[in-house]
Amino acid sequence: MEAVLAITIGALFAASVYLMLDRNLMRFLFGLTLITNAVNLSIFSVGRLKSNIPPLIPEGERAPIEPVANALPQALVLTAIVIGFGLFAFALILTLRAYTSFGTLQTDEIRLAEPRKDDA
Amino acid sequence: MSWYLSMPLIVPFATAIISYLLRDRAVGRWSSVLGSVVALGFALLLMAQVLQNGIVAGQMGNWPAPFGITLVADYLSAIMVVITGIVGVTIAIYATGDIAPKLEQLGFHAMFQILLAGVTGAFLTGDLFNLYVWFEVMLISSFGLLVLGGKPVQIDGAVKYVALNLVSTVLFLTAIAILYGMTGSLNLADLGRIVPNMDDTGLVTVVAMLFMIAFGVKAAVFPLFFWLPASYHTPTFSVSALFAALLTKVGVYALIRMFTLVFTHDIAFTHTILLWVACLTMVTGVVGAAAQTDFRKVLSFHIISQIGYMVLGLALYTPLAIAGAVFYLVHHIIVKANLFLVSGVAERTAGSTDLYKIGGLYSSAPLLAALFVVPAFSLAGFPPLSGFWAKYVLVKASLDLQFWWAAFAALAVGLLTIFSMTKIWGEAFWKPHPDRVEPTLDLLGWRKWRLLTPIAILAAGTLIIGLFPAPFFALAETAAGQLLSPEAYIEAVLGVTQ
Repeated sequence: MEAVLAITIGALFAASVYLMLDRNLMRFLFGLTLITNAVNLSIFSVGRLKSNIPPLIPEGERAPIEPVANALPQALVLTAIVIGFGLFAFALILTLRAYTSFGTLQTDEIRLAEPRKDDA
Repeated sequence: MSWYLSMPLIVPFATAIISYLLRDRAVGRWSSVLGSVVALGFALLLMAQVLQNGIVAGQMGNWPAPFGITLVADYLSAIMVVITGIVGVTIAIYATGDIAPKLEQLGFHAMFQILLAGVTGAFLTGDLFNLYVWFEVMLISSFGLLVLGGKPVQIDGAVKYVALNLVSTVLFLTAIAILYGMTGSLNLADLGRIVPNMDDTGLVTVVAMLFMIAFGVKAAVFPLFFWLPASYHTPTFSVSALFAALLTKVGVYALIRMFTLVFTHDIAFTHTILLWVACLTMVTGVVGAAAQTDFRKVLSFHIISQIGYMVLGLALYTPLAIAGAVFYLVHHIIVKANLFLVSGVAERTAGSTDLYKIGGLYSSAPLLAALFVVPAFSLAGFPPLSGFWAKYVLVKASLDLQFWWAAFAALAVGLLTIFSMTKIWGEAFWKPHPDRVEPTLDLLGWRKWRLLTPIAILAAGTLIIGLFPAPFFALAETAAGQLLSPEAYIEAVLGVTQ
């Protein structure tokens, strides 16, 4: 299972880097969502995929009896998903505004903040 | 439960809610000022606690470390929280005159306070994942502040800012994942105990490099700084000043924290890279500044070159050098915020931030000229201002280690800083205004004192640090001592001795 996850994460990273190298802002954004999910998966897998038993302690005991799933990476991934979703929503709206302001999504052509010498 | 650790965080959040609810009224902006003053008060209380008891650690929800969420304040954290409070108060006052009511209705003050909360949280947290969360709090509010008003130039700056900062966030999270996989812990103190004793130093170095790149983007070091001069000159002046003062410093703080507490396994390798990064950052930043002709762009490039000095202090890794880095952090936050605030007044009186389109500020606004000279000379390192001592300590530290070229780079960059400051001086202040207008301070109208008071306060701060450096330097030295021997930090958090 770990091997499958590792390959998936690698493939996702590769695909997202390919997308993020594009000059089109939209493709960059898709790359960014993809890489966020790749990172989430890697957090999940570093928590050791041992068992799927919930980490609950039976009544009267002080520790779980059988080996249980690690709850911490799941909490971390949940937080990271929420944050990533918020950031993606913002970036999407920003891209929309950029498109309405400049009429293009090619990052090379958006040079208002840093004009070339011959433009000015 | 140590309430003085959480209060500097709770107050800005509460202020954000209040000032958002009152955003349609004039009282909203004063609630933001008042909230900042209260936050500064709590920051000073925390500082007093730290001065009295040494390192203060608190476990939120009474979960023992390393399982719960830890807030911890050593000297460095406390100093940074206090300086954040000071910057918060001064820029909140400035914002009452600078921010148009339309932007206030969009929630400027709420985002401003949340940014302060994020910065304070990043300084106080003792947990790596919480550091990530605080970075995000800071990041999302800075996105909001950056595009507030929605001018096309702001959108353009924000695209670059958002893109590169999100990439750095992804790298940061990846590094956290790998480190967690290796150690099974996210608590900084716990990591500080585990990581230096790990067998596989190669893998640790890989993770260290990932963290260095992630924080390097945040701190805008060479060669990762391109988002900064692309965006910092676009938002309102209050926002520029706030970003310039605090955001990059959080990156530097995170670098200092990680590379003194956790990644000390292979100093010869990691800190040599930092040394090269520091020198190249200093040089490229100041060369970039020399090429610019916009007030705020010159200042933006100067942030980069000054970041180099702080990283230099970390890279040299001696008690004197680290103390110099801490001293430099404080000095630079005050000075840089001040310079951006001055640029705001210059734009309001002379009509532009383009240096070729303005002038005459010296003859018609001598008070502003005097207030500009203090931070500008301090940035370049003239005695007896704060920048002189900060640079002196770092140069001395590099000479002690016989890094002649690092000392030479630091001194040469100081000289070049003067060169670009004289450019601002000559163009904006000395030469007559090209349109023959007299940019007097009376043009500011009712805003005059709201804009000038914060500048005067920060200039006074620079002067005080410059004239009486001994107590401030003693603080920085204690902070450096704690950073270089993290046993006390680990003990305060985990409650065990090694």
